[in-house]
Amino acid sequence: MPEEVIRIEGLFKDYDTPAGPFPALKDVNLAIRPGEFVAIMGPSGSGKSTFMNILGCLDRPTQGRYVLAGRDIASLDKDETAALRNRTIGFVFQGFNLLPRMNLADNVSLPLVYAGVGHEERRARAQAMLDKVGLGGYANSLPSRISGGQQQRVAIARALVNRPGLILADEPTGNLDSHTGEEIMGVFNALNDEGITIVLITHEADIAAHARRQVRFFDGRIVHDAPTQQHRQPTSAASRRPPLQREGGRGEGQPSC
Amino acid sequence: MLGAMLHEAWRAMGANRLRTLLTMLGMVIGVGAVVLMMAIGQGAQYAVQQTISSMGSNVFVVLSGFTSPGGVRSGSGSAPTLTVADANAIAELDGVETVAPVHWGSVQMVHGANNWNAWVHGTVPAYFDARSWPIADGATFTDSDLRAATRVALVGRTVAQNLFGDENPVGKTFRIGQAPFTVLGMLAPKGQNLEGRDQDDIVVMPLTTAQRKVFGTPFQGSVRQILVKASSPEAMPVVEKSMEALLRQRHRLREGAENDFTLRNLTAVADTAAETTRVMSLLLGAIASVSLLVGGIGIMNIMLVSVTERTREIGIRMAIGARERDILAQFLLEAIIISVIGCAIGLILGVGGALLANQLARMTVVVSGSSVLAAFGVAAGVGVFFGFYPARKAARLDPIEALRYQ
Repeated sequence: MPEEVIRIEGLFKDYDTPAGPFPALKDVNLAIRPGEFVAIMGPSGSGKSTFMNILGCLDRPTQGRYVLAGRDIASLDKDETAALRNRTIGFVFQGFNLLPRMNLADNVSLPLVYAGVGHEERRARAQAMLDKVGLGGYANSLPSRISGGQQQRVAIARALVNRPGLILADEPTGNLDSHTGEEIMGVFNALNDEGITIVLITHEADIAAHARRQVRFFDGRIVHDAPTQQHRQPTSAASRRPPLQREGGRGEGQPSC
Repeated sequence: MLGAMLHEAWRAMGANRLRTLLTMLGMVIGVGAVVLMMAIGQGAQYAVQQTISSMGSNVFVVLSGFTSPGGVRSGSGSAPTLTVADANAIAELDGVETVAPVHWGSVQMVHGANNWNAWVHGTVPAYFDARSWPIADGATFTDSDLRAATRVALVGRTVAQNLFGDENPVGKTFRIGQAPFTVLGMLAPKGQNLEGRDQDDIVVMPLTTAQRKVFGTPFQGSVRQILVKASSPEAMPVVEKSMEALLRQRHRLREGAENDFTLRNLTAVADTAAETTRVMSLLLGAIASVSLLVGGIGIMNIMLVSVTERTREIGIRMAIGARERDILAQFLLEAIIISVIGCAIGLILGVGGALLANQLARMTVVVSGSSVLAAFGVAAGVGVFFGFYPARKAARLDPIEALRYQ
């Protein structure tokens, strides 16, 4: 096991624009160890989305080194980065990004399809993950039949199903009301307690307060990197119990059908 | 993996059923048209081949010359310029397999209450071999019948039906004038020749019988035509040349004088007919292929729309680990499924249409296994060919852009 999940050294990213190259990231250095819970913050245009794309191996740096789970991204071809995304990273998006025509079990098991896992095992692992986020009873429902908070839980189940070492969450609470957002953060906290590394992108300070470490971007550079001052522990009565063992969706109402 | 992808393709197609069906319809019409046209074209070729083989292969016909009393020229065979001796001389040439002199004429014949007018061919037993004409029932006459000029005959199917009705004519007798003739056998039906004449409307008897007891030919031994069968297609040009030289020499024709006989190569005539139908069926196939092409373009069009619609989905799949070839395979599979299902339906309709043409328009149609296989091959090919560009477009999407797509 490498000492760091993520190691970034001297990272630059330029975008080609009609007016010449535009530097989106300038000399970024960052190391994240296993089990950390890091919030990446910054105003829009600060480079945090660009940084997220590079962290997720969706984009490549113009210059600098990015080592993910012991592998230097520069040495990998497209198929290898796809495999790395599949096995090492679990994505959670702002817009949930479930496939609307698939039922929840199929949505959750989709990464396993690309990992080459057989049908029976896919089904079993997807069910286990849905149980874990408290939506085991909805395996055959379509995403449109459940609420936004429930959809985000399904998205988290999908991110976890291939047992990645790292969860990358891009504004995961951005489309949710503050109460449901708190619940989702409770889920992340519980996952982090299990030892899963979480990198969270957000512009909301109170969401970032759930993380144990905060990194702030401004104008393409990291301007702040420190442990969270007032670490927010889950406050509600519901989340004091192990949040991942609750029956799902109580606080979010029944399926919106 | 393949199972999951098939399932996925099915789901994507089901999500837009009407569109999928309309896209398929393009393939259905294309494949249906190709199968139908191929069936009709191959049917025409088959019909021509049947006719050609009914004429006998590698056969020349030598017709005797024409008379020109007072400058009015009668048709070929009207002058008695060919003889049995000519036929015997031709039989000695290299490359000649069989020779059959034929004397013919049209004669009225009677059996009970029925009478009928048909062609009588007086010839030798080798005639049946030269014309590749099997006997359906009974037997042919022999050389001893030829020597004795016995009153025996073989009848074609048309004659048999008109004289004897449903009875088996073998062993029965009919009359020509007052003379009774015994039916030795019945010829296998041959159908029409290339000119559309019914070849089964015929009575075949020994040459001597025909000459002495039916036609009363003034010049004994003269015949109207000689059938010459060459041993192989390759021998035909040589036989043609030597036969012409031989006949000119035997007929004592001076250099520059016109032939007093006509040489016809039946195979050359048949080849022309076969070539004509072959070109026709190619043309039909080519025209039908255009509709297949249009169907293929329809698939490409819809797949491009589908890729655009599903851009975000493609982005999600890439983010969670789909490789380029996974995305490529997914869209390609969808295009292939559409085209193969469309092809199967088109095949059924095409074959159905061919059978209908056969039933209603009495067309000869041939649906061969190879044309069915070809149709499936082409459909899969069309799916791959026209599905590839959209699928590659999907696979080459930038995941960041695709995820941002609304």
